[in-house]
Amino acid sequence: MSKVIGAATDTEAVIGLEAHVELLTQSKMFCGCRNAFGAPPNTLVCPVCLGLPGSLPVANARAVEFLCKAGTALGCTIADYSKFDRKNYFYPDMPKNYQISQYDMPLTTGGEVTLPSGKSVRLTRIHLEEDTGKNVHAGESIARSAYTLVDYNRAGVPLMEIVSEPEISSAAEAEEYLAELKAVMSYIGVSDVKMHEGSLRCDANVSIRPVGSHELGTKVEIKNLNSFRSVGRAIDHEIERMRACLRDGERIVQETRGWDESSGTTHSMRSKELAHDYRYFPDPDLVPLELDRALLSRWRDELPELPAAKRARYVSDFGLSAYDAGVLTGERSDAEFFEAVAAASGNPKQAANWMMGDVRKVLDRAGLTLAEAKGTPAQVGSLIAMVAAGTISGKAAKEVIEPVIVEGRDPGDVVAQRGLAQTSDTGAVAAFVDQAVTANADSVASYKAGKEKAFEFLVGQVMKLSRGKANVEMVRGLLKERLG
Amino acid sequence: MNTGHEIRDAIARHEMTALEAAEMALAAIAATEPRLQAYLQLMPERALARAREIDAAIARGQDVGLLAGVPVAVKDLFCTQGVRTTAGSKILANFVPPYSATVVRRLEAQGAIIVGKTNMDEFAMGSSCENSAFKATHNPWSIEDVPGGSSGGSAATVGARCVPIAFGTDTGGSIREPASFCGIVGVKPTYGRVSRYGIVAFASSLDQAGPMTVDVRDSADALEAIAGYDPMDSTSANVDVPHYAGRLREDLKGVRIGIVSEFDESIAADKAMHALYQRAYEDLRALGAELVTVSLPHAKYGLATYYLIAPAEASSNLARYDGARYGLRVDGPDVFSMFDATRAAGFGPEVKRRVILGTYALSSGYYDAYYVRAQKVRTLMKKDFDEAFERCDVIACPAVSCPPFQLGAKSQDPVAMYLMDYFTIPMSLAGIPAMSVPAGYVDELPVGLQLVAPAFEEGRMLGVAHAYEQATRHAWARTPMVYAGEGDAA
Repeated sequence: MSKVIGAATDTEAVIGLEAHVELLTQSKMFCGCRNAFGAPPNTLVCPVCLGLPGSLPVANARAVEFLCKAGTALGCTIADYSKFDRKNYFYPDMPKNYQISQYDMPLTTGGEVTLPSGKSVRLTRIHLEEDTGKNVHAGESIARSAYTLVDYNRAGVPLMEIVSEPEISSAAEAEEYLAELKAVMSYIGVSDVKMHEGSLRCDANVSIRPVGSHELGTKVEIKNLNSFRSVGRAIDHEIERMRACLRDGERIVQETRGWDESSGTTHSMRSKELAHDYRYFPDPDLVPLELDRALLSRWRDELPELPAAKRARYVSDFGLSAYDAGVLTGERSDAEFFEAVAAASGNPKQAANWMMGDVRKVLDRAGLTLAEAKGTPAQVGSLIAMVAAGTISGKAAKEVIEPVIVEGRDPGDVVAQRGLAQTSDTGAVAAFVDQAVTANADSVASYKAGKEKAFEFLVGQVMKLSRGKANVEMVRGLLKERLG
Repeated sequence: MNTGHEIRDAIARHEMTALEAAEMALAAIAATEPRLQAYLQLMPERALARAREIDAAIARGQDVGLLAGVPVAVKDLFCTQGVRTTAGSKILANFVPPYSATVVRRLEAQGAIIVGKTNMDEFAMGSSCENSAFKATHNPWSIEDVPGGSSGGSAATVGARCVPIAFGTDTGGSIREPASFCGIVGVKPTYGRVSRYGIVAFASSLDQAGPMTVDVRDSADALEAIAGYDPMDSTSANVDVPHYAGRLREDLKGVRIGIVSEFDESIAADKAMHALYQRAYEDLRALGAELVTVSLPHAKYGLATYYLIAPAEASSNLARYDGARYGLRVDGPDVFSMFDATRAAGFGPEVKRRVILGTYALSSGYYDAYYVRAQKVRTLMKKDFDEAFERCDVIACPAVSCPPFQLGAKSQDPVAMYLMDYFTIPMSLAGIPAMSVPAGYVDELPVGLQLVAPAFEEGRMLGVAHAYEQATRHAWARTPMVYAGEGDAA
């Protein structure tokens, strides 16, 4: 390796992500309090999640099930034996000043996230823990505030931490990874994965190294990433900052840095030397988890088809492009809608075009999601079938789709009411053709002289005579025949 | 004051009322409290109101429970809804829990009348009750002596016969040692037998609540009242609770009793103590028991093991006392200074010592050498007991190495104080049931015999204790000094 670290072009980024996903259980991780977002502060609390003296945690079986399902969906190995540990540190959003988490025996190890690009990012582990409360500082930080208010509604909400191997190589890929993770979690229904509500949060470990090197560089952990966009921006910024460091002959320090959304920069939070000693030890208040294999296989059977499998099937069975398959599988309910349209129309390709094209346009115009739309897949499918059968023109169908999607009206009714049905009666269409040929002798002559444009003019004349209702394919056929 | 079962039966036969029983208990407490200092808080109005409810329920012919109308006291480590619960600490001096411990709820469901919260070593850390942030409790048998600890207030009030039953907690001997010092019966059940929910935690893998009573029969009933699975405590065992009173024996025919050779050697230096225990073993033999010698080769590591595990867990359990949500708050320029100032002012020296010890034992780089190794020794200790119980049904051994000592005698010497639990810690580490039952007197001061059984065999243990108690009747041989005037033991 003759290259020297220093020039930006010589280095590549190595990124690992730690995603925190709040689980969509009815109750919190270790008590019976309701697990919900947006309630008035400190209304979803009890002695356990407030850490009152003498209170004890009891693990939420549903949270364990959800994590195991997530692990199974991502191809992880589920542990036969797992346990909870205490992570000890003082912070006022943590009622007990320790967090119940999992240290050396996480519920799952291994697994991978398959990106739409085809690349797989391997996972280190997924573990279960409790969320902390939420601090609201009177000033800009806890140290520079006259007071801090704490809302413990979130304290004790079940949280799974999904740790990836350092195998992500760019900001764009990191965003792709998160999007895929979000899709998988929402497919299996274990989380609502909303970054803006904090049910999906992310820390990024970033380092750079000479291209071709297999050693990892000094890593920096970036915290406070609250949206897909900030994940991407922060990583890009951090890679540039590191490259600049090296260019300037500075050393990269192992540290935790915070992302500042408004300035678009990261700032040092604490160095490795100041890192916490969390003094992990097994939580004596909880018993170890031993998972029943039969239960695990039942949970496996309950999993739906996952985005990666759907994408592959759309490409192989429906002949769609990888890109289209990716777009259509983003949300499980949208994908299921599309599949129902494909089945009802008997034409998956057309169904895909409609779903990504006109249906999308109508939804955007109306400000609706597909789930909120009144139209059913059967209605959309029958509209597509009507076009294929020549009952209406493609152009007319574009007019019909709006009341179908927005109001849930039957496409046949809309076509009838608006008189949009095509005439496919050969006799009637032939009469219009005759009429047009007779009335436009010049154009007929031009066509016969080799001017193709004249043919299109004649088609237009026939359509005009039929007031747009003639089946245009039939018009072309008959006109060609007529002009011989 | 009679025993709890006598009071209950008298009330059931309409020979007395629950109100009278409560008034008697409160009067006895009023008479002795100036010298004993056993209570941190009395609850007279609540107790009398509850007693009237019990009387009314009896008048209606309702089933009022196993402890109906029996006045009881609870250590101030049990959360009592609406009643201050301090754990003997300044840091919780103003803490009023919004909920009651499962033990308290079960006691109330069985008709017991809680008359007050008893004094204790701060966060149950101590063997003399002198580590209470509020006051020192005195020994009813010898008023200048300690009552033992940490459940010293509960032991003293039962020893003085103010209430027949009190409840304590035992982490390394905190029920058994004060029971021995105060001439009463004290039972540490199997770990998991009694719910820990609502008991301010000291060392979660060791803490266990149990009864402290004048006689064995009351311990049987009181344990039955509080034992059993609790869905609020993951470590509570889903094992049926027997009717312990039905397991009490009158003789020990066919019972093999194990005498621990290592403990016999440890106590041999103290002639009076050694003689007392030899006499106790002979009494067991006279009741028909077969004595066999058993060995606990790892018991000598008990103290060292315990003083890694218990402080480690405590350092984490006590982290929540930071002034942010409840209890004492000492303000500082920022939140972390507030934490520091609150904990510096709120915790006493013994608590700080153990928090520091435990924090160190869990620190990165030391964890394997200390905490992990201590857990391995704990496993060996369990194995010792498993092997011993292949040869015997119940183990009999010393509960303590000495009779009660003078207030202040050991309070400046932590290690001497730690050694008080030498004979009780191995059973705590093994999680098995053990109890102290009065075995006589040394220098006019009470001393207890420790009986130990395999996990969930409290019935077997209580059966042996009952036969021994009924044959020897040590608890009734003398009257506690607190009734005879200072310096004049009756």
